[in-house]
Amino acid sequence: MELNANIPSGPIEQKWDKARFEMKLVNPANKRRHTLIVVGSGLAGASAAATLGELGYHVKCFCFQDSPRRAHSIAAQGGINAAKNYQNDGDSVYRLFYDTVKGGDFRAREANVYRLAQISVHIIDQCVAQGVPFAREYGGTLTNRSFGGAQVSRTFYARGQTGQQLLLGAYQALERQVNAGTVEMFPRTEMLDLIVIDGKARGIVTRNLVTGEINTHLGDAVILGTGGYGNVFFLSTNAKGSNVTACWRAHKRGALFANPCFTQIHPTCIPVSGEYQSKLTLMSESLRNDGRIWVPLQKGDKRSPDQIPEAERDYYLERRYPSFGNLVPRDVASRNAKYVCDEGRGVGETGLGVYLDFGDAIRRLGRKTIEERYGNLFDMYQRITDEDPYKVPMRIYPAIHYTMGGLWVDYQLMSTIPGLFVIGEANFSDHGANRLGASALMQGLSDGYFIVPYTVGNYLATNKLGKIDADDPEIRNSVACVQQTIQKLLSINGKRTVDSFHRQLGKIVWDYCGMSRTAQGLETAIGQIRELRDEYWQNVKVVGSADDLNQSLEKAGRVADFFELAELMCIDARERNESCGGHFREEYQTEDGEAQRDDENYSYVAAWGYRGYGNYPELFKEPLDFEYVHPSQRSYK
Amino acid sequence: MRVTLKIWRQASRGGSGKFVSYPVDNVNPDMSMLECLDVLNEQLIERGEEPVAFEHDCREGICGSCGFMINGVAHGPLPATTVCQLTMRHFKDGETLTLEPWRARAFPLIKDLVVDRRSFDRIIASGGYISTSTGGACDGNDILVPKETADRAMDAAACIGCGACVAACPNASAALFTGAKITHLGVLPQGKPEQDRRAIAMVAQMNAEGFGGCTNIGECTGVCPKEIPLEVIAAMNRDYLRGSWRARDNVVTPIRPFTEWSTGSKLKNDPTGG
Repeated sequence: MELNANIPSGPIEQKWDKARFEMKLVNPANKRRHTLIVVGSGLAGASAAATLGELGYHVKCFCFQDSPRRAHSIAAQGGINAAKNYQNDGDSVYRLFYDTVKGGDFRAREANVYRLAQISVHIIDQCVAQGVPFAREYGGTLTNRSFGGAQVSRTFYARGQTGQQLLLGAYQALERQVNAGTVEMFPRTEMLDLIVIDGKARGIVTRNLVTGEINTHLGDAVILGTGGYGNVFFLSTNAKGSNVTACWRAHKRGALFANPCFTQIHPTCIPVSGEYQSKLTLMSESLRNDGRIWVPLQKGDKRSPDQIPEAERDYYLERRYPSFGNLVPRDVASRNAKYVCDEGRGVGETGLGVYLDFGDAIRRLGRKTIEERYGNLFDMYQRITDEDPYKVPMRIYPAIHYTMGGLWVDYQLMSTIPGLFVIGEANFSDHGANRLGASALMQGLSDGYFIVPYTVGNYLATNKLGKIDADDPEIRNSVACVQQTIQKLLSINGKRTVDSFHRQLGKIVWDYCGMSRTAQGLETAIGQIRELRDEYWQNVKVVGSADDLNQSLEKAGRVADFFELAELMCIDARERNESCGGHFREEYQTEDGEAQRDDENYSYVAAWGYRGYGNYPELFKEPLDFEYVHPSQRSYK
Repeated sequence: MRVTLKIWRQASRGGSGKFVSYPVDNVNPDMSMLECLDVLNEQLIERGEEPVAFEHDCREGICGSCGFMINGVAHGPLPATTVCQLTMRHFKDGETLTLEPWRARAFPLIKDLVVDRRSFDRIIASGGYISTSTGGACDGNDILVPKETADRAMDAAACIGCGACVAACPNASAALFTGAKITHLGVLPQGKPEQDRRAIAMVAQMNAEGFGGCTNIGECTGVCPKEIPLEVIAAMNRDYLRGSWRARDNVVTPIRPFTEWSTGSKLKNDPTGG
């Protein structure tokens, strides 16, 4: 298979205009005859479903939560980027494009990123029109802040709840379409397989999580906005329900999975406190704007932070990266935290933590300003740790937060299965090997509001989609697969719970395919994952039945998919003999410990094809060309 | 520490339920209430018993999935905190905690501590939005919003839709939830054109769902994890009243009235099976 990204020709500024002009349109009267299936109701899914409904298509939207408003986009704190240049500080579409390509360590597709930067300005307008209460200046204009890794102020925010407000905007637009009758909403419904007929995505198999009923839903295109796979690590900042199942089952039906080893570790999370821990809590990295990160100069210094004089503190980011200081990109900040902790200078009981200190900022700006900027984050920190960050520096440690990898898509956001579109975090396309802060919300909404509604129309207008026989063998086959998996999981009746397996799997992936990786370690991990997976299918214990709300059964199916994904992540990480962005291979680093890319050999997207369990997956390469932003070693010094 | 969890167990909506007591040892004061339930559930599964069903997702207090009564208080004793962020250090060693689902006619029970809150979605669908379609928005800075107004909108918009307000209210009223959305959108200039109809439609839907009337008791705001102020209810009443005499000819048809829930008739695409 030849991977064709279908990037329009011409100068980068004109590619999207050109693509839009070349797209075929669907006659407005015919739109309602097309049924479109949208899986996921986060920023990408909800905005796509709402917009497609507005255009007149018949949309069926699915989410596993009890309401579309719960999708994990809701937890994004910091903000959303847009190249508005409202602050007159030199921002532009081109600069946002440049920053994103560079921030992604030259492993993203230029044309996609440029389009993202172009669309960013429309997103803000759209959200304002919907009533998203962005922060304002006294004069009534929108206000901005600078955010993780950017030297311009281009981040729009709504207190520390930007994701919530953007999602509620999309959710309200979605509910408006539900009321208008264009969108049918299916909450508490999980997609468990993709139906592919004559090589095209034509529907999905779902399980009703309350009644256990297995249903099929057929349509003319399927759009996955099902988020990332960070929960493969068990402990992550993702919601507990976030999973890879929809994407993975599509992968098994033929969609290539791209760059699975590109995962992002977020530098500012609350450290782990015990074995019972079920998830990690992120503290928005906007905190790094005013907080200063440090550890004691001396190893094993157990004094309380207020007892450590200024001269005996190491503000290591400011020291190593004088021009970016505490605002270096996430991967750099995370890795440096790991280094100082590995040196034995970590703080807190476990030694896995660094200080994020607001003492200076409070002295300079006053407590009130800090409260206004970060009040809810400080409250959250105090609720969890029982420490007052206005008085004692916060303790933070990196945690898995976002996954840049995902299903491979072309410029039209279509996967290698015609008619299967993938949007938001679920696809791989825009962030390369590392995502910049405040870019996830931007991409989700860009894909959902402004890209996929066009490209799906083009697909419908240019493809003949015949009527499907409800008795088609492909449909029966998909349903049978789903039922078999469920029966199998319930029948094992072993000794260990799903969570105990998931926790152990997560530890393997974190240890060997986390912040830093080696070929040997990855080899070990692959062996351990296989062993554990074999044990899983012999010894997992799922109680209850398939005919009612059974949360252990839901988890069991998701963890089974995480096992297979984990192995692919390790294979991908081992195959990529270079360090780039969030993928740090210890063998490939510069003398001063920075990531060393190998552009000559690895300037490509690694897209993997499924060849059955236990078989080595097939690697397809999409070469990356950089016509505008020339690869250089990222330097934040 | 050690606690006893006295939990409402009910297999399904139709069946009957009862309290079952479970002692949980080795509770770490730093663990959250939900992590404590995780620990219990692991033990139950190992013993071959069905784990306790409870709703949860983000575990950061923002998605609004989780929530149940602890000793009769929605989300438990700590103000402005959902159960996912409520750490066990707030309870006494040896204490018995009674966990019950939200109880309200408009929140039918699904299993154990899980209830169906789709009535909230329908209230939003009836008018909780600004009718603007994608594309065609003017520049964000063309609409000036005074900072105080944006802040007030944000205070109301912070609602996470968890349903604690309904559970805490002796009337099971959804006035705080509905008022929060009416206030968020109503104070902003973008939301003004639909201010009247929004209030009328949302209040009609709220009533049709079988939520009780508001008698200004204030339990709702007391338990609200986002501290939505009681004044949003006043704003709702004001918008409703003003809208009623200005737009009296509007015929409002609530969607899927609550009677369908109580009569048990099967709804199209109803995940709970009606």
